[in-house]
Amino acid sequence: MTDMQDYKSSLADVTSRKFETFSYLPEMTAEQTRKQVEYIVSKGWNPAVEHTEPENATDSYWYMWKLPMFGETDVDRILAETEACHKAHPNNHVRLVGYDNYAQSKGAEMVIYRGKPV
Amino acid sequence: MPQDKKTYNAGVKDYRETYWMPEYTPLDTDFLACFKVIPQDGVPREEAAAAVAAESSTGTWTTVWTDLLTDLDYYKGRAYAIEDVPGNDDAFYAFIAYPIDLFEEGSVVNILTSLVGNVFGFKAVRALRLEDVRIPRAYVMTCGGPPNGIQVERDKLNKYGRPMLGCTIKPKLGLSAKNYGRAVYEVLRGGLDFAKDDENVNSQPFMRWRDRFDYVMEGIQKAEAETGEKKGSYLNVTAPTPEEMYKRAEYAKEIGAPIIMHDYLTAGFTANTGLANWCRENGMLLHIHRAMHAVIDRNPNHGIHFRVLTKMLRLSGGDHLHSGTVVGKLEGDREATLGWIDIMRDSYNKEDRSRGIMFDQDWGSMPGVFPVASGGIHVWHMPALVSIFGDDSVLQFGGGTLGHPWGNAAGAAANRVALEACVQARNEGRELEKEGKDILTNAAKSSPELATAMETWKEIKFEFDTVDKLDTQHR
Repeated sequence: MTDMQDYKSSLADVTSRKFETFSYLPEMTAEQTRKQVEYIVSKGWNPAVEHTEPENATDSYWYMWKLPMFGETDVDRILAETEACHKAHPNNHVRLVGYDNYAQSKGAEMVIYRGKPV
Repeated sequence: MPQDKKTYNAGVKDYRETYWMPEYTPLDTDFLACFKVIPQDGVPREEAAAAVAAESSTGTWTTVWTDLLTDLDYYKGRAYAIEDVPGNDDAFYAFIAYPIDLFEEGSVVNILTSLVGNVFGFKAVRALRLEDVRIPRAYVMTCGGPPNGIQVERDKLNKYGRPMLGCTIKPKLGLSAKNYGRAVYEVLRGGLDFAKDDENVNSQPFMRWRDRFDYVMEGIQKAEAETGEKKGSYLNVTAPTPEEMYKRAEYAKEIGAPIIMHDYLTAGFTANTGLANWCRENGMLLHIHRAMHAVIDRNPNHGIHFRVLTKMLRLSGGDHLHSGTVVGKLEGDREATLGWIDIMRDSYNKEDRSRGIMFDQDWGSMPGVFPVASGGIHVWHMPALVSIFGDDSVLQFGGGTLGHPWGNAAGAAANRVALEACVQARNEGRELEKEGKDILTNAAKSSPELATAMETWKEIKFEFDTVDKLDTQHR
């Protein structure tokens, strides 16, 4: 068995900050992100893109990138919006949301572009 | 208007003359109950069913003159059907309908006092089990139900698209408050959403409740600052008296705790319903533990099935309820468990005998309850748990977090990585229960904490047969 390791996390180390679902996994590749978009579409949820300065990541409300894409099922168009948001705000966290209007909740929410930790 | 006038005849009548009504069609507003009955030798099924209907509603053993001062034919319970129990020749199912007026509005206490009161000690039956109930929607609407519900809790805690993760702090008894707070802090900074007081932890001499609450809250706040995520720890407010329970709940609110905890069976439904109302008033999440349930629900021939206890809790109020794990150390038949998980979460349950659900149940607009899988589970169970429970659940790893060779934070991180890897894979369309090993092995490449957890627990299994199985033919 591997030697005991220290758990590296502290108030001082900004890389300790997480941002909910999938933030304990390595950043997703483009192909992995595409599969998550496909999942949201397959569930019939409404895709949306939001972003924030990493220091404000704990706020309930991030900035909406345009409006949620109601009824959009074209995976490429959804991915294009995430890229456009990332290009406009390269230092921000960008998250992909699947709004489930029947549950009146978000069926999925994940950061797909990770901003610079602060 | 001419009508049949009844006259008073003292004495003992057969129950079936009054309470066996096979021609009766239940009303939408009726309460329905399905009892599994094992009658005494020589008692016919119709008579036993009628006796159960009588003793759980208006009847007593002999006719009394005051029966004639009211319209007993309106108020009585009606045994309206009898069915064989698959695989059990001694028993039969008795279906009984009760008019809604027999039950005080919003009172789970009153429902149970009637349905599972004196009738369970009644001599004409050898054994009796309440298998399921149908609560009319009109009555559901008189109950408070979950103080927050699944959707509101997700919003408050900012957790979407995955099950939440928890951990019961161990050893269950004996830690000082400050050491206990340390254990809570460690699991939260490692990536869990919740820590949980053990049910036995109330306010013992080694750790008084106020000290525990203070240190746990400090741990929550530090873990939140460190990880940037919302955290909670179920502060157990189960107490000897309602006054003391409310005092502890008020203090939890005062220090900013997001969630408290209650044991609904040992503390009782009056206390639980009151506390749920308090939580609704005060924006507090409520985790419900079910100590004592196995005393009531484990015997397949006598007692109350857990699906009924689940319905009672959803009416009484709670945002989380322990459901069993299917895969861990505690009892639980898979199909039956799936049945009561649906009862917790869905707005409408269809009759489904393959899951032991005997009636359609309409919950109206009542929010759902998060099922909590807890007990004897570890990272290797994660693929099956995500597959069985889906996103709207809380998965709790006690020993499976704290028993990690590198400590609580590493154990928590291992569980969080395993969970997220399973959710990601599921979303990608992979079959978790088939490909679980690959998914975890791959995730462990970037998480030494998970790799070590997988090495530690791979041999542990719980393969005892379930005692309380669904009623199915097994000959």
